[in-house]
Amino acid sequence: MAEVGFWGGYAWPALLIALKVLAIVLPLLLIVAYVTLAERKVMAAMQLRVGPNVVGPLGVWQSFADALKMVFKETILPTGANRVVFLAAPALMFTLAMIGWAVIPFDDGLVLSDINVGVLYLFAISSLGVYGIIMAGWASNSRYAFLGALRSAAQMVSYEVSAGFVIITVLLAVGSLNLSDIVEAQRDLWLVIPLFPMFVIFFVSALAETNRHPFDLPEAESELVAGYQVEYSALTFGLFFIGEYANMCLMSALTTILFLGGWLAPFDVAPFTWIPGIVWFALKIALCLFVFVWVRATLPRYRYDQLMRLGWKVFLPISLFWVALTAVVLVVFDWLPQT
Amino acid sequence: MRQSGAGARSAPEVAAKAASGAGFLERSVRSLFLTELLSGLAVTFRYMWKKPATLNYPYEKGPLSPRFRGEHALRRYPNGEERCIACKLCEAICPAQAITIEAEPRDDGSRRTTRYDIDMTKCIYCGLCAEACPVDAIVEGPNFEFAAESREELLYNKEKLLANGDRWEHRIAANLERDAPYR
Repeated sequence: MAEVGFWGGYAWPALLIALKVLAIVLPLLLIVAYVTLAERKVMAAMQLRVGPNVVGPLGVWQSFADALKMVFKETILPTGANRVVFLAAPALMFTLAMIGWAVIPFDDGLVLSDINVGVLYLFAISSLGVYGIIMAGWASNSRYAFLGALRSAAQMVSYEVSAGFVIITVLLAVGSLNLSDIVEAQRDLWLVIPLFPMFVIFFVSALAETNRHPFDLPEAESELVAGYQVEYSALTFGLFFIGEYANMCLMSALTTILFLGGWLAPFDVAPFTWIPGIVWFALKIALCLFVFVWVRATLPRYRYDQLMRLGWKVFLPISLFWVALTAVVLVVFDWLPQT
Repeated sequence: MRQSGAGARSAPEVAAKAASGAGFLERSVRSLFLTELLSGLAVTFRYMWKKPATLNYPYEKGPLSPRFRGEHALRRYPNGEERCIACKLCEAICPAQAITIEAEPRDDGSRRTTRYDIDMTKCIYCGLCAEACPVDAIVEGPNFEFAAESREELLYNKEKLLANGDRWEHRIAANLERDAPYR
């Protein structure tokens, strides 16, 4: 066996991984920039407005104008804030929103790390997001920020439970925690069809976990000003902002992988299979993101007790019931995946 | 998602329905199949394809009535002579006391203003000065975009008002002509 030196054994692979990471993160940031613009445009259309249309043709440079503004503003450190934690929180949120993408398969084999516990990894990452919010709320030393952080933590923990049960049903049906295998198992039938109620619950839980409307109580403008983001400005706010939208994209990607057949074409016949898988994947994510925005433009905000009731008294029993039902059906009809 | 609110139905109606078994079943089915959520989503989806109701303001502007009371202007006769004869009726009628006039006979013997100031920060744009004017000298023109960055810029003097008159005369005259039959 040939001797592997410093370059061949360590430096080149590390460099290659760094390049791959850049190849994911840079397009992701660009997409996030345009998700914000698309959100404003779609909401505007639904409210009979035009939306941003001044910066560039149809406002296409608006997101860059916003980013530039955000960068050049002053970062304010409130007196009494815990500096280290205050600055660490947005960095943590941003990092967590980015590293989730490490296990997302964009196409057959096109994944940064094809690990066998991809679902668990993603679940762990999305749960850690609570820490960023708690840290931000506590370190700000402000009532509104703290209230927002408490709400957010309770909300994310509540909805993670039912989202977890939804994922368990998917795992029961697929028999693998590897995201690529989950997609591959849907070649004949997307899981959204047999598990439709689970799909709805998962999507609503995704809305709640990303603190999006109608579950945006942590940053409810009309009561908490901006929740845990109150004291943040400039780039620190920008990191939260990017983190929120990257999380939305991540949740859409997860929904796509678990229920909408990932990179698979809707029909396994000629004209559909000509289109590369990554395009299908992007289209499905775009569809999910559209629903995120659509829901925001339609629904009013939940009251906090309603939110908690929905999570614990409606979603939890239903998803538990469906876990049991799926298990029973799989065993009775002997449909258990053989792996 | 279950909704505890009554939705579109009235409270007594809901109470009556809830009393019977069918009402409960109907409500349960409704909430289970998210019918109200979906109908709401359908509304926003339909609205998405409608034409925007907005005006693209700096590029498009709404129609203005000929009686629109905007920025003031002092008009001139077609030969260039200023109309104002310093009768001070506008100063007298101004409810906000925004107008200050000083007058002297000019060299040719006609009575003219030496000072005609309007404090645009006091003015309430009631249009009484234009109504009072016997020679249609002071008018409120169609311009409403005269925001300034300092208070001093809004203390208009005679020079500024005459300049306004020269600038907007075309539209002011057209508006006066259109409004004349109703006066």
